[in-house]
Amino acid sequence: MIAKLFKFKGGVKPDSHKDVSAAAPIRVAPLPSHLIIPLRQSARAMARCLVQPGQTVLKGEMIAAAEGPLCTAVHAPTSGTVRAIAPQPVPHPSGLPAPSIIIDPDGLERWIERRPFDYRCVPAQETRNYLRDCGVVGLGGAGFPSHVKLGPGEKGIETLILNGAECEPWITCDDRLMRERADGILAGASIMRHIAGARRILVGIEDNKPQAIASMRAAVQRLGEADIEVVAVPTRYPAGGEKQLIRVLTGIEIPFGKLGTHFGVQCFNVGSAHAVFRAIAHGEPLISRVLTLSGNMAHPGNFEALIGTPIRELLPLAEPRTDTDRYLMGGPMMGVALLSLDTPVIKGTNCILAGSPALFPPPPPEMPCIRCGECAKVCPAELQPFELYWFSRARIFGKAQEYSLFDCIECGCCSYVCPSRIPLVDYFRFAKGEIWAREKEKAAADIARERYELRLAREEREKAEKAAKLAA
Amino acid sequence: MIEALLVMALGAVLLGAALGYAAVRFRVEGDPLVEKIDAILPQTQCGQCGFPGCKPYATAIAKGEAEINQCPPGGEEGIHKLADLLGREFKPLSAEHGIEKPKSVAIIDEQACIGCTLCIQACPVDAIVGAAKQMHTVVAAQCTGCELCVAPCPVDCIRMEAIQETVDTWKWKYPVIKLRQAA
Amino acid sequence: MTSYLFIVLGAVLVNNVVFVRILGLCPFMGVSKKLETALGMGAATTFVLTMACGASFVIDRWLLIPNHLEYLRTLSFIVTIAAIVQLTELVIQKTSPLLHQVLGIYLPLITTNCAVLGIPLLNVSLRHNFLESLLFGFGSAVGFTLALILFAGIRERLEAADVPIHFRGTAIAMITAGLMSLAFMGFAGLDKYK
Repeated sequence: MIAKLFKFKGGVKPDSHKDVSAAAPIRVAPLPSHLIIPLRQSARAMARCLVQPGQTVLKGEMIAAAEGPLCTAVHAPTSGTVRAIAPQPVPHPSGLPAPSIIIDPDGLERWIERRPFDYRCVPAQETRNYLRDCGVVGLGGAGFPSHVKLGPGEKGIETLILNGAECEPWITCDDRLMRERADGILAGASIMRHIAGARRILVGIEDNKPQAIASMRAAVQRLGEADIEVVAVPTRYPAGGEKQLIRVLTGIEIPFGKLGTHFGVQCFNVGSAHAVFRAIAHGEPLISRVLTLSGNMAHPGNFEALIGTPIRELLPLAEPRTDTDRYLMGGPMMGVALLSLDTPVIKGTNCILAGSPALFPPPPPEMPCIRCGECAKVCPAELQPFELYWFSRARIFGKAQEYSLFDCIECGCCSYVCPSRIPLVDYFRFAKGEIWAREKEKAAADIARERYELRLAREEREKAEKAAKLAA
Repeated sequence: MIEALLVMALGAVLLGAALGYAAVRFRVEGDPLVEKIDAILPQTQCGQCGFPGCKPYATAIAKGEAEINQCPPGGEEGIHKLADLLGREFKPLSAEHGIEKPKSVAIIDEQACIGCTLCIQACPVDAIVGAAKQMHTVVAAQCTGCELCVAPCPVDCIRMEAIQETVDTWKWKYPVIKLRQAA
Repeated sequence: MTSYLFIVLGAVLVNNVVFVRILGLCPFMGVSKKLETALGMGAATTFVLTMACGASFVIDRWLLIPNHLEYLRTLSFIVTIAAIVQLTELVIQKTSPLLHQVLGIYLPLITTNCAVLGIPLLNVSLRHNFLESLLFGFGSAVGFTLALILFAGIRERLEAADVPIHFRGTAIAMITAGLMSLAFMGFAGLDKYK
């Protein structure tokens, strides 16, 4: 048993609003009229398209292959015909289009041949490659490829943490998944432990989800493996942040620029563990996920939707109320506004929240910072948001970096408590984006300089050769 | 009077000798300032500043022969950075050297290209590939948007196109709170 | 011993060269935009001023007074200071090219920094001996550095502040300097605790 839990600094306790969607079991969303599958599913890299318009694909067929180390494959979520490969709006804060494959389902749901993968008889690297080709990415939201995280790293992984904290208000998809599919999650975790060579598994669940904790504990009993523990962690946002959960469960504080693997800890969402289980035990690639539809809706709940389902076709299942004026992707703390309802569900979509003027009133105008320090008290990354704000607002990015801007996890605690209603996180996102853009520009300029100098050297050499030829 | 002159002359000779020795002892090779300035310049190599490239312009600034506001691709921000580095006053971009434009790339209309290689010779960063009597094309990732290839083209098949924002290059905007009409 | 301590302390705080004597304002306003620059400038001035006080004492006591050439004091002091500044510049250029760029024009301008000329002249009129001259010069330079660093710290934050448009830049810097000057007046009673 774990002797004691540790604490992370800061955090807030917003109203959870989880009851509204947690009661009903997960429902399977009906087949949509068409599916839009963006080629970029794993945040950092775009997969290489393997199909052509007009081609018939089977459910689970690979339609785009992984390219590069941080990429995962993409699969057809159902059987049907490829209608087009074209840029489509994707669920990204920009609302810009990105290359996607559009599939018209034939309604037959014809699967590819599914075969369990015998991970015990092959080297771990092969299993990781298999997971990559099954398109398994983190389902917590960031969509980082799971096969990369399961890699040996520097020191190897000692502790595998399953993140079932689900600290954002309103969202209950992980809660329902743990209640209903606890065995699958633990089987997946057990497989991951085998791949990563980890010793123990810790499952962190916030203590406001007693049914999920009970269900997971019962599943641990049934599985009968050693060194798996389900730990109830205190409910405090953002307990589900990776660094925060690691801190609470193991007491390890991960410094800037380091990852969990440097300390032998690796953290996975419970949904990812379930996806690993489906891929290994059933040979099914990641083609659907559970997501919460909640907020200003008549029948909020959790739905298992195919990746690529247009959000517009998903919403009627939960019946948004008539005064709904906007939708959020993700929770109210970290979520971003959904700019178009034609965007599809992607692997990282965990929640669609309907907002109305009454439920989520538009933010009041920003008032001047009074330097009360509330933001510094609640910052789980132990930053001084008021200093970051001061410099981000004035576009003095170097100074903002000196105050560790990049340690900010954009959890939104500072904006939540700010008495002046300053959208602090928006400023930090702006500053981060500008710094990244400048770094990119700098890298491009360095390449241009190098190429220019090489060209000058070549011209010089050619001139000298010509002169030598003339002289001869 | 003579004494005064002697004293001053003595002092001057002594100090001069000391400084002369120091100048030899602490001689600095090259000018590190040029590198610093060059690092700020955008490396478009477009020549709009009136110099054949970014490095020559940097050298001219370091020597005090050029103003800091002659680089349109660097824009206001570049001028601010130069002003900070050199401790000079900020000046708005000089109009005779051009205006700040959105970053763009050259695109060759491959149907019209006759394969004359003139643009290849003009490109300062070797971002155009092709051979005589063969179609040419621009390697967009290497193109600095200097526009030097546009003028030499005898069939005017090169155009500049502003780079569109994609999901990869999109940035969060500066937070703006909309003002509401008072009721 | 205490009197030496008080020469230094008095020069640093009570008679701070910038805030109380209002000397050396040109580099004070000019290189106080960044903390690193201010530190570099402070270090360079400390070196030059201490050296200048020592050298000017020697020149005054052993060259000018015996030859009754007191009227050449300003001239010879300036020449000496100029030489020391040149030397410092060469050394900095060699050892820290970055600092040399950052200080830019203000480094040779130490020559005409009124604080650097003023302190040796004050030394003469206060009839300090050699050690006292050195300490007084050193203390004043530390006071100058202190003022520069404090002010640079404030200005770095001021840059991000919402200053009314007509007060931006040098205007608000002057106001800030005035407020700091008032604050340094608070040290005026320090010698009561002798």
